[in-house]
Amino acid sequence: MEHIVIIGNGISGITAARHIRKRSNHRITVISAETDHFFSRTALMYIYMGHMKYENTKPYEDHFWKKNRIDLKRAYVKRVDTDNKAVIFSDNSAMDYDALVLAVGSKSNKFGWPGQDLEGVQGLYSFQDLQTMEHHTKAGVKRAVLIGGGLIGVEMAEMLHSRGIDVTFLVRENRFWGNVLPKEEGELITRHLREHHVDLRMETELKAILPDKNGRVRAVVTHKEQEIECQFVGLTAGVSPNIAFLKNSKIETQRGIMVNRYLETNIPGVYAIGDCAFFREAPPGRRPLEQVWYTGRMMGETVAQTLTGNRKMYEPGSWFNSAKFFDIEYQTYGTVNANPAASEAVFYWEHPNGKKCVKMIFDKSSEKFLGINVFGIRMRHEIFDKWLREEQNIDHVMTHLADANFDPELYRRYEKDILRKFNQENHKNLSGQPKSRTRIFG
Amino acid sequence: MHIIMRNIQKTGLFIFIAGLLVFIGSLSLSNFRLTAEIIDDRIGATTKATYLKKAAETLHITDREYRSKFGFIRDLKISFNKANDLLLADYGFTREDVDRIMAHITTPGVYSEEAVAAAFGNGSIDISRQEKFRGSTSWMASQTYHNNAALRKAMEQKLPDLNQEVLQGVGFQGYALSEYTFKITKSASEGILTDHLRAIFILSFLGTILGALLFIVPQFKEGPPGIKNNGIFHHPATNRGWLGMIVGGMLILFYIFLYWFPEYITNWTLLLDPVKKWLGGPDAEADRWFLYGFLYTLVMLVMGIRMFAKYRGNAYQMVRTTSVLFFQTGFAFIIPEIMARFNLPARDLKNAWPLDYTGFYDYNLEALTTGGGTGKAILFWMIGLAVIVVPVMVYFFGKRWYCSWVCGCGGLAETLGDPYRQLSDKSLKSWKIERWMVYSVMVFVYLMTLAVVYTYLPTAEQATPDKWFTKGNFIALIWVAMAIGMGLLFYWQKQRERFSKKTFLTMMGISGAVLMVIGISHFVLKAENLFFFNSYQVRAWYGFLIGSAFAGVVGTGFYPLMGNRVWCRFGCPLAAFMGLIQRIKSRFRITTNGGQCISCGNCSTYCEMGIDVRAYAQRGQNIVRSSCVGCGVCSAVCPRGVLKLENGPDNPERIQENPIIIGNDGVALNLKNSGK
Repeated sequence: MEHIVIIGNGISGITAARHIRKRSNHRITVISAETDHFFSRTALMYIYMGHMKYENTKPYEDHFWKKNRIDLKRAYVKRVDTDNKAVIFSDNSAMDYDALVLAVGSKSNKFGWPGQDLEGVQGLYSFQDLQTMEHHTKAGVKRAVLIGGGLIGVEMAEMLHSRGIDVTFLVRENRFWGNVLPKEEGELITRHLREHHVDLRMETELKAILPDKNGRVRAVVTHKEQEIECQFVGLTAGVSPNIAFLKNSKIETQRGIMVNRYLETNIPGVYAIGDCAFFREAPPGRRPLEQVWYTGRMMGETVAQTLTGNRKMYEPGSWFNSAKFFDIEYQTYGTVNANPAASEAVFYWEHPNGKKCVKMIFDKSSEKFLGINVFGIRMRHEIFDKWLREEQNIDHVMTHLADANFDPELYRRYEKDILRKFNQENHKNLSGQPKSRTRIFG
Repeated sequence: MHIIMRNIQKTGLFIFIAGLLVFIGSLSLSNFRLTAEIIDDRIGATTKATYLKKAAETLHITDREYRSKFGFIRDLKISFNKANDLLLADYGFTREDVDRIMAHITTPGVYSEEAVAAAFGNGSIDISRQEKFRGSTSWMASQTYHNNAALRKAMEQKLPDLNQEVLQGVGFQGYALSEYTFKITKSASEGILTDHLRAIFILSFLGTILGALLFIVPQFKEGPPGIKNNGIFHHPATNRGWLGMIVGGMLILFYIFLYWFPEYITNWTLLLDPVKKWLGGPDAEADRWFLYGFLYTLVMLVMGIRMFAKYRGNAYQMVRTTSVLFFQTGFAFIIPEIMARFNLPARDLKNAWPLDYTGFYDYNLEALTTGGGTGKAILFWMIGLAVIVVPVMVYFFGKRWYCSWVCGCGGLAETLGDPYRQLSDKSLKSWKIERWMVYSVMVFVYLMTLAVVYTYLPTAEQATPDKWFTKGNFIALIWVAMAIGMGLLFYWQKQRERFSKKTFLTMMGISGAVLMVIGISHFVLKAENLFFFNSYQVRAWYGFLIGSAFAGVVGTGFYPLMGNRVWCRFGCPLAAFMGLIQRIKSRFRITTNGGQCISCGNCSTYCEMGIDVRAYAQRGQNIVRSSCVGCGVCSAVCPRGVLKLENGPDNPERIQENPIIIGNDGVALNLKNSGK
């Protein structure tokens, strides 16, 4: 029986712990400085908005951990001593391990802006960030400025909006989430944010944050020398691996903790998973650093196999992701680049109300289906995963789209409208197949 | 724009509260005066009425002006007691009667009917008293008593029963007494309320409706469509705060008065008399059940509009809400009124047994079987609904077709209760309690109905061409039905393990035991009561504990404490039955969309039935839970499009105990015999 120590009780670390427990009798300790119990980080915004309480965001009841013999320790690890196989806590006490899993997550990016550490300026990643935000926006905040147009930014915008705080959003690119979303989708979201009275300022960068006489934020200045009065600033220009505590250890870090495809670091018996893991060689078609919930979960599942005697390579399947921008849901399956490659053909359909759209990418010559972005319509993960795996061509996807629809019953369906446009643009005469329960459910 | 809407809402809230205060205040807007005419009108020209009038006059209660309802009802109750005393004085039996009989006894210790006859006089009352006494003592003639003292004692012991019988015949007792109290109090009202009925009706009802709509309608324009649960856990009304406690307290008080002290809320029925007459004809009169039905429907309609505003982007919620409003307004409220107007048996035709636990009670069976073709058709429909329509529909659509599309309790929960859905307990512990409670109620109500119907039906000797269906037929029918049920259960369980072994054996065991007990009870012991208990007493207790206290007081009054489905989850026998079918044999499931779940917890939080939806979704497992009423809100609040209520084949994949979360090709998790 080995002692496996996992630092971090987010989705990666907890998934690893659960699967190690399912497959072995090892002693497991999960260390966190953040909270006593695992909670869903993606739900932080809902606590602030009053949709849920902190208790509601815990995926497992508190008795789960004892029952499954997963020891929880609330402590801050300040150093890892790989020579002696020990982690050292902030109170200088130590804990020995046989195997160490680093699932330490990220922290908000700060790019050295003047005033970035003022009172009322913060990112949003941890539970403590949420508490800070609650404190900073309790009273007297009329306008907030968000820096960086990504997912956390739009979450923060929605949070502040729910408290009646006006939001100005500074976005470096010419459209919202421009490094991920293609033009049409970016514009769709941009329109929707404006519909919610978010003051979006495209191609605008932050120059400095100005203090008042108490050292609290008073205004921001853009690179266009505009001064925007505000009482709160959200730094939402991405996150980066939380690796400062490993600086003096022998574990190799660069932008993140360097791992191979087996999630192993340069030190035997030490692994890194989730947001903080940086692949020396990325899985095919993937980026070396993928900081989303799902990849964290999958890395946790994979490392648990390795730690229980079944050494496994991290092999994520087809890319998928989802998000929600105020009222508009987004799902993506396969690969849709912000800017299509020369070999890729693009099909785009948008509902006249401008709130629903489907973007499909396929190979120009082989017509192989490559990926889909869908806004305002839900699609079946399993069906798209199957199509991608089977390398179906775009015609198959187009004609069988009804199978993939995952909207609630009684919703209007758009497969016909979508196919009509596809036929027109591509000079085809495909006819759609009606939804087949046999194909969906087997 | 925003500020204007806020102000409209504030105005609405103010008007609503004002209207509500008028409504509550209207309870005190009457003076009371009891007159002989009222008594004649309410009781009819009978002996009863004569004695009540006499009692009221002796006590100087008649024609006296009461300013306080409490004083009036207190004195009215005293009058009833006094009338009972007076009745007993004339019609009752005392030790003096026994003394007189004893004086006529010739052989010591030997009862004689002649002695009884001689002891009473020859007036008409005397003769009826004499007959009554003889009727219940004549059996003493065949007894031997050692001496006169023993005989006297035997007769004296009969006195309380005899007097009880007298009161049952001509006195004021039980349910009838509470009805008289209610009706006389209602008729005795006079003063501001009756003088200004129309104005008070408008101020209270139209006021609250207008106020509520002013508060609700601006929500249609509150930003683009999309469910906003903002601030729910910050608000004292929806987070078990002081406001929630006040609302809960008011609801609980309302139910207590409605069920047990209706005479204190007669003014509300006075307000509704015009509505009742408009619906039910000039002779109709609003009673407390009309008041309840009217308020229930009204509250559902107004809160239904709130549902339309809140869920306006979600077609499923819009149609479903329309459906519950339709069934409540049409089937539960208007159609029974119209049926009554045309002298047909008034019934809520969608109310299925055993939720409608009185449906097969003797008085209903009697009314329906003697109610001509319509009555029999209704009885036929009630049986068909409970035995065929309900299970077949659950097979195709899940129990949601009833619970969140048709049912009245569900309808109130989905409209008035919607703001409280997040308060249901999601813990494993509450799930355990739920299963014990709801299935206990289910088994109990089955046995109770069996017992009540059994008691009602004639024995083979009592059967007539009209009432040919005997106790024996009934037992045989139940045997066949249960055998078929158990056979199906066995077959489905054998096909694949749909229940844990323990659950399956428990179900088979209980069913088998019931089969045996009713068989032995009927054929061997020839017992009067099927389960050796008095079915009348049991059903009285069920009505009090489950029908009123649980379904009403707790079921609705606890919305702001324990969520909006307390009754449906912990108490409803129909929901329990449909839940079993939903689990064993149904096409319904909530599909989890592959690996898209982020464990945020919105689905679990907003599940009114307290299902930990997330626990399934995050493992990529479909949700197939007995308790799911298919309201669709988990799917609606999911930020990632993970959940979909749908019907599909009832194959093993519907309930995957070991699901695969897709997306991770390297690790085929939990996949038994995986080819990967």
